[in-house]
Amino acid sequence: MAIKDYIRERFFPHLWCPGCGHGIVLNALLRAVERMGLKKNDLVMVSGIGCSSRISGYVDFHTLHTLHGRALAFATGVKMGHPELNILVPMGDGDALAIGGNHFIHAARRNIDLTAIVMNNRIYGMTGGQYSPLSGYGMLATTAPYQNIDHDFDVVALSTAAGASFVARSTTYHVQQLTDILEKAINHKGFSVVEVLSQCPTYFGRKNRLGSATDMMDRFKETTTPIGSKAKEKDPTLIERGIFVEKEIPEYCAEYDKLIERAMKKGA
Amino acid sequence: MTNNIRFVQGNEACVEGALYAGLDFFAGYPITPSTEVAEHLANRLPAKGGKFLQMEDEIASMCAIIGASLTGKKVMTATSGPGFSLKQEALGYAIMAEIPCVVVNVQRGGPSTGNPTHVSQADVMQARWGRHGDQSIVCLTASNNQDVFEMTVEAFNIAETYRTPVVLLLDETVGHMREKIVVPKAGEIPLVERLRTAVREGVDYHPYLPREDGRLPMSDFGDVHRYNVTGLFHDMWGFPTTNPGVVHGLLRHLNDKINNNANQMARYKEYYMDDAERVLISYGASARSALHVVENRRPRGERLGLLELQTLWPFPDVVVREKCRNAVSVCVVEMNMGQVMQAVKAAVDDPDKVFLANRIDGNLITPTDIRGILRLIQGRGV
Repeated sequence: MAIKDYIRERFFPHLWCPGCGHGIVLNALLRAVERMGLKKNDLVMVSGIGCSSRISGYVDFHTLHTLHGRALAFATGVKMGHPELNILVPMGDGDALAIGGNHFIHAARRNIDLTAIVMNNRIYGMTGGQYSPLSGYGMLATTAPYQNIDHDFDVVALSTAAGASFVARSTTYHVQQLTDILEKAINHKGFSVVEVLSQCPTYFGRKNRLGSATDMMDRFKETTTPIGSKAKEKDPTLIERGIFVEKEIPEYCAEYDKLIERAMKKGA
Repeated sequence: MTNNIRFVQGNEACVEGALYAGLDFFAGYPITPSTEVAEHLANRLPAKGGKFLQMEDEIASMCAIIGASLTGKKVMTATSGPGFSLKQEALGYAIMAEIPCVVVNVQRGGPSTGNPTHVSQADVMQARWGRHGDQSIVCLTASNNQDVFEMTVEAFNIAETYRTPVVLLLDETVGHMREKIVVPKAGEIPLVERLRTAVREGVDYHPYLPREDGRLPMSDFGDVHRYNVTGLFHDMWGFPTTNPGVVHGLLRHLNDKINNNANQMARYKEYYMDDAERVLISYGASARSALHVVENRRPRGERLGLLELQTLWPFPDVVVREKCRNAVSVCVVEMNMGQVMQAVKAAVDDPDKVFLANRIDGNLITPTDIRGILRLIQGRGV
């Protein structure tokens, strides 16, 4: 199947700004899906609210555009209702980790077979450029005009601590790695988290004088490095890219099937 | 015959009704006085191959049942006041996206944390208006455990018929008291099953295009039709739009779907209403005390009658107006500060003949409470 068979052409042109990183994520995602030969009827995309979450309208899967922060809760219901489906959950950084933080932690804790894609552009773009928990200390935004005093947290560390069995990070610059990681994440039986550093040139970029979209992508190249590289030893401030966690532990739906067996035996 | 008889709490009668109706998936969170619904389902659902999830909070529970409903399951959640408040946004989503589900609220003292183990009926208006935006909702209630069973089944039937969430408002008294129920045999109460589209694979399926008879056929996630579901205003494909014509049309559809069928959904019971001079209107646990007053005063020559409402929303104004037409006075008996009384006043021909007999201190309103207020209304003092 060609990539464009996975797209709902009738709803294009999309609403993202020129230079937005989300288009690259869509691209990588579709290439991963196409490489895996997944059938469209077996694919569900559940998204939250924000520029990131509009991605679901553009793909020819079963799509569920939910409420701000709640994508994982809806997705849990879909997965438990029909466990054979492949469920992708793209969310924004504020969407997944601010208002959605609690659902994120518990979906990871359950290790339910969903693929969470955190499209991290460190801003609330759709509403015009307010700071998010991932914006970082010292950054500017419309609701942080005197520089942000909130520190961010490490999405990889958070996901790992919460119990996710697959945790990875890449960027919109590293689209080949991103595609490979997405393929592995979707294949993985358990809760997979893929953090994608993405650019919002319109708000985060402009407010913080980060230049054009391509300037911002170059910065992803300059400020990130593969896990455990020599460059990281030399400069600990570099952000690591790659797969941090990949373990085989009991998945929630499979555990639930065993629970049903126990319950039915007890009842008999 | 005897193994159909059970002696259970109202919460368990609700569980029996839900299972009878075909409940397949429940997601909930513990909250007094609804917790028993979750606990019983934690036992019963997996034993019949269904799924029970205790989610991390009330919001997640509501969202999870919506997700599961889209895979074709009959779904339910249960909560009380504070949890019902939390669920409002997602409940509005289910209304907007037209997703069948049942939301049980076993009312307790409020507002806020209120009185977790005490009764009230103060969430009636919240059930109607708790969400932002213009919309209508279906809300049922029951005063005894057999009716809890039947109204639970009815809730599922209405949810599937109209592709809408249904709120089932119980209260702490009915939820926790034990009473006999008779579980009907399979088939005795007709069930409405999910209406699925007849559109074949490869043909364009419109999730939000009503049939000629007004019903909206669904398609399960995972089946042959792929479509979008969103809480934004959407066209017949489910794709977001701000087109004024579409927005107006959808808003009208969501509201008319419920309001135009108010008569079909109006469930109620009447006692001694034929020649009633003074009508009592009540629902839930209050109706039990109200009925006691009517049955006690009738042999003494007082022409009292009771109209027990089982459908609270859409409010059965036509029924109420008709039944109260010849009444000298109408007394609404409830455990709140006059929520249904407001709706009754708006429905009857003469609002000045409507009075409130209420109790709001966390204790069940008694026949004595009601009689005392009736005497005042009748001009007979204390």
